[in-house]
Parts: sequence; C-alpha cells; structure tokens
Amino acid sequence: MKVHPAAWAALVVLLAAVIGLQMIQAAQPPLATPEGVSPNLLYVRSPQALRRATLSFQAIMADVYWIRAVQHYGGTKLSDDPNKQYDVLYPLLDLTTSLDPYFDVVYKFGSVFLAEPYPAGAGRPDQAIALLQKGLRTRPDRWELAQGIGFVYYWWLADYQNAAMWFNRAADMPAAPDWLRPLAAVTLAQGGNRASSRVLWTELARNADADWLRDQASFRLKQLDALDGIDFIQRIVDEYRARIGAPPASWNDMMRAGLLRGVPFDPTGVPFRLDPGTAKVTLDPSSTLNPLPSGGHPL
Amino acid sequence: MRVIAHVAVSVFKESVRDKVLYNLVVFAVLLMSASYLIGELTAGQDVKIIKDLGLASISVFGLLIAVFIGIGLVWKEVEKRSIYTLLSKPMRRQDFLLGKYFGLVLTLVINIAVMTAAYYAVLAYMQVISPPNLRASWPAPATDPALLKAIGLIMLELMLVTAIALLFSTFSSPFLSAMLTTAVWVIGHFNQDLRDYGATIPSPLAASIARGIYYVIPNFSAFDVKLQVVHAQAVPLGYIGFTTAYGLTYIALVLVTAVIVFSKRDFK
Repeated sequence: MKVHPAAWAALVVLLAAVIGLQMIQAAQPPLATPEGVSPNLLYVRSPQALRRATLSFQAIMADVYWIRAVQHYGGTKLSDDPNKQYDVLYPLLDLTTSLDPYFDVVYKFGSVFLAEPYPAGAGRPDQAIALLQKGLRTRPDRWELAQGIGFVYYWWLADYQNAAMWFNRAADMPAAPDWLRPLAAVTLAQGGNRASSRVLWTELARNADADWLRDQASFRLKQLDALDGIDFIQRIVDEYRARIGAPPASWNDMMRAGLLRGVPFDPTGVPFRLDPGTAKVTLDPSSTLNPLPSGGHPL
Repeated sequence: MRVIAHVAVSVFKESVRDKVLYNLVVFAVLLMSASYLIGELTAGQDVKIIKDLGLASISVFGLLIAVFIGIGLVWKEVEKRSIYTLLSKPMRRQDFLLGKYFGLVLTLVINIAVMTAAYYAVLAYMQVISPPNLRASWPAPATDPALLKAIGLIMLELMLVTAIALLFSTFSSPFLSAMLTTAVWVIGHFNQDLRDYGATIPSPLAASIARGIYYVIPNFSAFDVKLQVVHAQAVPLGYIGFTTAYGLTYIALVLVTAVIVFSKRDFK
C-alpha cells in the first residue's frame, strides 16, 4: 500500500515538534528539590538484594554501578553547588564491589575518591579504609590493597603507626615491591617526611593504570617539588636578611645581591611570591598547585 | 535422523525469514559504540567492561531468541493447523519435536558464533589501541581464549532454556510458556539459596522440601562463569566437563518429557 505524502509530512513535522519541545524543556531551569532531600537517588542499597536480583548479570551490573560511581564523583566534584554531597559514593562503591568482588580498580580508585578531602572528594578516609579492607577480605594476597590502606593512614590521617603496620603487611604479600619494607621502617622511625611521600606518589604515578590517577600523582609530585623549592629559596631569603639586616622588598633585591640569577618559578612556571613584610616565600595565588598540602600531611 | 535434520533446517530457514539474525547487527553496533563510549564514561577498566558487556549481551540476545522462538515452535504449527499435515506424513512425533529443537539450537549456534567473532574483533581492536603499560595491568590479554569457556557454558545454558521452552510449548499457549520458561530460568538462578534454606528455617520438613526442589530445578547459576573468566580466575576443565555433563543430561530429561507430553496430545 502506498503511503500518503501527507503522512510523511506529518511524520517529519511531529519529529521536529518533539525535538523542539525537548530543546525548550532542556533550556528551563530544573525543578527545585525539596529541602533536606538529596538529589542523589539509590533505589537499591542492599548488596545482598542486588546480588540476587541481577541473576547471572552481576559483572555487567557492577560495571553499571562503577560508571555511576565515577559519574557521581566527577559530577559532584565539578558542581558549583555550595552544598554538594558525595552521599551515595560509598554505597555505590560498596554495591559495585559486592556484585564483582574482584573489581580491583574500584578499591584502588574508590579509596582515592573517598579519602580526598571535601569538596574535591568525600573527605572520608575511614570509608576509604573500609573499602580497601573489604577488598582484602576477597583478595588477601593483593599487596596493592594493603599498601592503599597504609597510604590512607600515612597521607590523609598522618597515623604513622598504622601506616607502617600496613606497609609491612603489604611487603609480606606475594610479588610486593622492594621499596615497601624500607618505607615501613622509615615511617615507623621518623613518621612522615617528604622523601617517603615522594616515594609513595612516584610509585603511584608509575603503576597507575588510568590517566587521571597518574595526573593526580604527578600533581602531588609537583607540589612536593614546589615545597622543596620554597624551602630552598626561603633559606636564601633568610641568608639575605642576615647579611643585609632587612628583608628583601622584591626578587630584584636578591638578584642585585647576587643571591639569585633570576626570578624563581614553581614547577608550573608561575613565579614564587615573596612577601616583603614577612619575607616569607609562598606560591603565587594564581598557581594551579594551590593549595599546598599542610597541617596533617606528612611533610 | 534425516527427518530430524530436515525439520531442523526448515526451522533455521524460518528464523532467517523472521529476521532473527538482525540481532547480530544490534550486537555489533552495541559493542562497537560501547568500545568508544566506555572510555569516556569510566575511569580505566575499559577492556574489562567490554568483556562483561559482550558476554552479557551474548547471554541476553541468546536468551531472548531461545525463549521467544522456543515457545512458538510447536504452538505456531498448531495455530496454523499445519501440524495435521505434518503428522499425516511418515514422520514420528518425536522426530518432529527433536527437529524443531535442533533447528533452534542451530540458529543459536550460528548466532553465538557470529557474536563471538564480532566480540573478539572488538577486543582485538582494544588490544591494539591500548598502550603497553595499560596492557601490562590487565589480568589477561583482551583476546583471552578463556572467554570461550564462558561462551561455551552460555551456549549450553541456552540449549537448556530452549528445551524448557519447547516442553512448555507442547501443552500451553505462548504467553504462558514464556512466563513459565522465564520463571524456571529465574528460579534456577536462586538454586543456591534453596540449598542453604535449611539453615535459616526451623522446620526440618520445609528444609527437606527446599533441598528436594534444589536437586530438581535446573541449576542455571552453574553455567555462569563470566565473572571468573573476565578476571582471569581459574575455571578448571573438570568443572566445565561436569557442568556440561549436567547440562546435557538435563536437556535429555526435558526433551524426553516433551516427547512424552507431545505424544499424548490429541490433535484429532
């Protein structure tokens, strides 16, 4: 049977209308969420229930939940909402690892998402440790998981006793790298220091199997380089002060005194900042390396 | 044997006429688009996700074919009244039924073979485009031959589902057959729970009944080794051999039951 030309025309018009209406709707501001209600929905929270409900499709469902976790973390991190919440991050990671307990990357990356301080991450190192420990219950021979726990204790909690214990446990596991045992000893003897931090981030950068994790490690290493640079230049500034009897007003004063050959730059190419009042060397506020780790960090 | 082969070939030709093989195009497009999109959506593990997606798709497409074609195998002939013509020929009822079964199995085998080839092609592409340091972090190569173990067991599972669908189609309507086949498939995945049921209930009688059902209902979860092969976990050949023996025995049991039921049906 021949289709009437009007039917084709109607089809085109209706399709254009549907697309047009959808475009208008997309341009509207979203409906406000009632106060106290999180926009992050998780329909199933019980790992046991989900395991049963997915029948023989647990692996692919684990992938779906992993993608949801990544999108939730990335979306929240990039959100401008001052009250943004990572409230379903741990449940999503927990569901993913319950569906596929061998999904190593979820433990590895998930612990980074959880441990990173708010607002860049969930700011929950306790949950990061819980996730990694869950992984160790399934894979008791994975040194990476034990090292990950040690790392959270070391970097985010500055708990060197526990960090050293976990580095030692990781070192006892099959195929563990040689640098873990000395790291454990140094951590136990001296607590945190920049050299140990550099070892950890360097190994993370070397073994990272995702670009963003490698970028994250490179960023931390640049921050450590910047801290080294600040310390080095601060010593020269202090030397100037001792020699001249007054703090330098600018880098030019230092150059005229023959203590510097030029303006010192941080690893991203932005000049360091010299406070003429206090003679303190810091990162320039425009540097992408801000804020430098401080306080509880092992530096 | 020749009669069975004739019926089987005609079932396969009918499935081609019904455009069942179109699902292969959907499968190929799904995998190829996924191989591109996954990298944008997730953080690492692209190959693991492609492997999972491919195995799950093979399983789902196969299941849809097995259930929705299987339930109409006998019913269609009855509905069109062509069964009277067929059975008036020198053909035994069991030959007709087994021919129908093997015809659908042939359709499934060809489908799965093509899907497997497309699956390995996408994985080979992923292997080629991945940098060496990323490949080194994989527990197994992208084109790991061990994936065939999972695909083989999926095929066996689908053969069992086909047999069950055929059994139901010998005595009930397509809607009811689809419901019953799906129900058996779902319950078959909860088999382990039935076995452990005794530990959670006080009644020894209920526990015994649950255990009895556990032994009778097909254990579909035994055919699922997708998670293990994707993570390069060992799946011993002994396990595959035993599961294959279990699957083939169960298929034989269901087919014999279907033949008995179909033989007793009155078409006068």
